Amino acid sequence: MNSTSIPVNQTNQSLLFSDRSFRYWLIAPAVLIILLVGLFPIIYSLVVSVQNITLFDQDYSWHGFIWYEDLWIDERFWESLWHTGLITIIALPVELILGLLLARMFLGDLKGKPIFIAILILPAVICPVVVGAMWRLMFDTRYGPITHILSWIANSPINITWVVDPNWVYPVILIAEIWQWFPFMFLILLAALSNVNTDLTDAAAIDGAGFWATFFRISLPAIWPVMFIAIMIRALDLVRIFDIVFVITKGGPGTLTETTPLYMYITGFHQFETSYTGAMVFSIIVLLSIIVVLALQRVEISR
Amino acid sequence: MNRKVAIQVARYLGVLVCVAIVAFPIYWLFLMAFKTAEEVYAVPPVYFPAEIQFGSFKALFGASDDAKALVNSMIIATFTTVIAMVLGTMCAYSMVRFKTGGNHFAIWIMSQRMLPPIAIVFPLFLAFAFMEILDTFPSIIVVYVAFNLPFVIWMMRGYIEDIPISLEESARIDGCNRWQVLHKVVLPMSRSGIFATAVFTFVFTWNEFVFALVLTNKDIVTYPVQVTGYFAAQQTYWNSVGAMSILGTIPVFLAVVFFQRYLVRGISMGAIKE
Repeated sequence: MNSTSIPVNQTNQSLLFSDRSFRYWLIAPAVLIILLVGLFPIIYSLVVSVQNITLFDQDYSWHGFIWYEDLWIDERFWESLWHTGLITIIALPVELILGLLLARMFLGDLKGKPIFIAILILPAVICPVVVGAMWRLMFDTRYGPITHILSWIANSPINITWVVDPNWVYPVILIAEIWQWFPFMFLILLAALSNVNTDLTDAAAIDGAGFWATFFRISLPAIWPVMFIAIMIRALDLVRIFDIVFVITKGGPGTLTETTPLYMYITGFHQFETSYTGAMVFSIIVLLSIIVVLALQRVEISR
Repeated sequence: MNRKVAIQVARYLGVLVCVAIVAFPIYWLFLMAFKTAEEVYAVPPVYFPAEIQFGSFKALFGASDDAKALVNSMIIATFTTVIAMVLGTMCAYSMVRFKTGGNHFAIWIMSQRMLPPIAIVFPLFLAFAFMEILDTFPSIIVVYVAFNLPFVIWMMRGYIEDIPISLEESARIDGCNRWQVLHKVVLPMSRSGIFATAVFTFVFTWNEFVFALVLTNKDIVTYPVQVTGYFAAQQTYWNSVGAMSILGTIPVFLAVVFFQRYLVRGISMGAIKE
């Protein structure tokens, strides 16, 4: 018996792994397309960034790293990074905490759960452009319901030009962003929390652990791998934030809410600073790639 | 006992407040489609219109023919989804069964998904303009396929890993060739994964704005770009924004609700297994 089982195994190996070219034929089209669309822009950006191509000049000769030096001292660029970072470091924890709280409230029996969940799915599937429009409408100074409701609560007409007022423009953008994505956090975390073994939490409760102790010592560590991925997905989306800001403020007033993607868009498509945009694109890609590869290696190891 | 009741009441209140906060802005924007122009700009705002109007929808299908944007989006999203699913599943299968490329290849694939669209769209725009293929279906579909492939590969890898290799081995011994194994074993076994991944790809593509804004302008304008077209310098055409948003949200919402039970794993990029 033993002597026959080993050859069978070997036959399987050779059956599955004999044709060496087959596996490369399978990945070839995907890799080709990714290279075509993914790699070309990086190389192109690198090349133009050391040339001198502006709205007025088409000089394809070696120009040195002048554009990178310009970028290094460009205050508008650093400010745009700061704006992007500001939105990310506020929106991300708020989305996470709101999502977690809501997920915790949904655990266990709840009447009308499927309907609530269907409503909460909506923001995540609505186009970000539409969400931007939605909040511009909500915060309209004259006919927006928020102005109206706040006036009613304050019992006097309030006159805030939400998306133009430097004090209020960030809250508006953050509300729109958080409104759209905290339900996404909620959906992921609810799924993760529902998977936590209730025997463990029950046992902890019987042993006298309080609500918070159970939550922080048992549930949270159990959902951490999922939470890590959720945080990463959102963090990467947030540093690329474009759509909502584009629709609500276009970076205004002035350049107060200009995020880095928006600044790239303006230098590239409004000012036609091809070389300068190339330098910016290349710098950002290098920066992000390093962060992403480091983070992904962690995920891959924990997988 | 009283404390338990209080907790339950607080819980329901919390849930209802959250659901109301999510629902109201959607109601408000969608309501614009059914209001008259006067009601849209009325001060104080009209919370319940006196009469439901359908003029905004008629206008979209009428002379302006803005509804064409929805057809464009449908064509682009459908082709992108089908092509990305076919190529991505093939690639994922090779990576799982033959360990093609190993871990570094997998990480490289995923890192492509993380590139900011705004960064890669600028060189693409110049290249497409040079080749005179801006504003055409094939060019934007190729871009979307490339952009969605990493996600498809990443997801399908997880689903294919769950298929027992013994099933494929028996199929091979029973005389199937490699393509038949893919077709008769792998595809049926990973059906729920294919549904989930396809829905996500479709929704990503349907809602994508940056590529569409730059790479389309007249002939194949997509639905998000069409929506931004209603923001004029002097005023915003909220009737049209509302109507367009409703029509644009329905397909993706239906897809997501219909396939809801398959999507849990996809939303966490495979971190949650059913």
